[in-house]
Amino acid sequence: MTHILSFTLNGAPVQALVKTSDSLLDVLREKLDVTSPKRGCDSGDCGACTVMLEGKAVRACLTCALTVEGKQVVTVEGLSHNGKLQPLQEAFVSHGGSQCGFCTSGMLVSATALLAKNPHPQRHEIAQEMSGNLCRCGCYEEITQAILDTARKGD
Amino acid sequence: MNQYIGKAMPRYDAQGQVSGKVRYVDDIKVPGMKCVKVLRSPVHKGVIRGLDFSKAMAVPGVVGFVTAQDIPGKNAYGRFQDMPVLAPDNRVRYRGEPIAAVVAVDQDTALEALSLVEMDIEEQTPVFDMFEAMKPGAPLVRHDSKSNLWVHYPPDITEVTMVKGQVDQGMAQADQVIEGRYSTGVQDHVPMESNVSVAYRDEMGRLVIHTVSQTIYAHLGMLCAILAMPMSQIRYIGGQVGGAFGGKNDIHTDHIAALAVLKFGYPVKYRLTREEDLQFTTKRGAFVLDFKTGVKKDGRLTACRIDIWHDTGAYAGMSPYGLEKCAMFAPGPYDFPHIKVTARTIFTNRPISSSMRGFSVINGQVASEIHMNRVAEALGMDPWELRFVNAWRDGDHGVTGYKVRGAGALEAMKKAAELAGIKLPEKLMSMSSRGRQAS
Ligand code: FES
Ligand code: FES
Repeated sequence: MTHILSFTLNGAPVQALVKTSDSLLDVLREKLDVTSPKRGCDSGDCGACTVMLEGKAVRACLTCALTVEGKQVVTVEGLSHNGKLQPLQEAFVSHGGSQCGFCTSGMLVSATALLAKNPHPQRHEIAQEMSGNLCRCGCYEEITQAILDTARKGD
Repeated sequence: MNQYIGKAMPRYDAQGQVSGKVRYVDDIKVPGMKCVKVLRSPVHKGVIRGLDFSKAMAVPGVVGFVTAQDIPGKNAYGRFQDMPVLAPDNRVRYRGEPIAAVVAVDQDTALEALSLVEMDIEEQTPVFDMFEAMKPGAPLVRHDSKSNLWVHYPPDITEVTMVKGQVDQGMAQADQVIEGRYSTGVQDHVPMESNVSVAYRDEMGRLVIHTVSQTIYAHLGMLCAILAMPMSQIRYIGGQVGGAFGGKNDIHTDHIAALAVLKFGYPVKYRLTREEDLQFTTKRGAFVLDFKTGVKKDGRLTACRIDIWHDTGAYAGMSPYGLEKCAMFAPGPYDFPHIKVTARTIFTNRPISSSMRGFSVINGQVASEIHMNRVAEALGMDPWELRFVNAWRDGDHGVTGYKVRGAGALEAMKKAAELAGIKLPEKLMSMSSRGRQAS
């Protein structure tokens, strides 16, 4: 069964022909060629596919595509404006928050959602909120520093 | 150049990574691209008596199958050239060994086709334990070999032996001899990016392969041999790797994707799901290490006798190479006047083991450091002191006779103690790797 799905992606309206069984990750990557959300596990375990749905960080691989009808979806492609990086993205670069970079998009989305909710997180709150995002290269400390630094400079 | 030294420089691709612009292999899409999936052995050991693809071929959207017969060159690859691309002689030696590949319009179709292949497979008795595998009369993992031991030095030497001094003499000088057995298990690298290849013919007819390889030049050579193609006809494109940790030191998908393109002409993607990646790629293999250490009352080590057994699974991967590294470094960064290490690589019907971070040096270090604590305990000595007294100084000699230069174990331990908030006695703090006299 196929349906026409309409939603807002990074501020612009989009449409895609989707199957009932498609996940939001399938639609973003395979149909709309938005590849920053990664297929790390496809089973909700790694966080590499994290996107923002109505301002909340969700796992695109576990989100049934049809449920985003009419909603706002933001990926890392939509974080920078006119090619200018957001302070959090800059902080990831300067703190070495990415090595292979495969977890980075998911990390950035989760961290953006975290800072929106809690602009001055403590270390343990960062650890708690980011615990669903795995980084096998082991950039956890650098990512934590990048988030703390962004929060500090946000004042 | 000086403008870079001592400065933290951003990664060359960090800007692309944080803006989602970097393209990894799985992000590449080619018009008309088909999906490749692999038919794998359901048993740990067996002989394939019959394979019938007719039902699978009837599924709409199936392009066809690739088998060992379709390999134009060598059906073998790897550092020791002993891993088959697709089961070569109808024999399978571990659960998950690739038998054939299907090419289809999409993953669902490919998986349906695989489920319809009729395979008549005669299951044989596998062996999973290294020590069982070494017993006379044990089932052979490789039917064409004399035993389950890897031949390290042809024609028939299966043991790696490294000797310094006279270990028996060293043991005789000891006040105490401490023994211990240690084992380390199988580990997967689990890079965030599973193994994947995209392959197609370019407008010049050359074969293009987008790879996640971490050993691109070695793999290009292996692909040339498998495909019987010169390097000039293969564009092997890599560099954007989503984590590897040694797991992408062996080819997992490129060869099969390439064969699919050669046979059917379509662009293809062959991507392992997380489950496939965990089950079917190479691992850090299991080790068992026996340590026997002679020591004087004052803590000076006199001798070290180490025996190592390494389970490489059904094929060698890079294990024999890793084993040599393990043997060479297993005594640790300590000055033993007498050392003997013997080590062997053993086949079992487990998944293939190969390289992982630090090769197999780590496995020796785990054992050696736990054993040093035991030695200290037996002597009633502080484990820091035991290590400090014996740590390599410049000019000491390792097991193969190499001379240690730029030793740093003492300085590293001092730093570690400082970071851990441990205050070491002045006697230890005044020691230096620059010489034993200086201490
Ligand atoms: S791909 Fe969605 S959580 Fe791993
Ligand atoms: S940077 Fe490689 S997994 Fe996080």
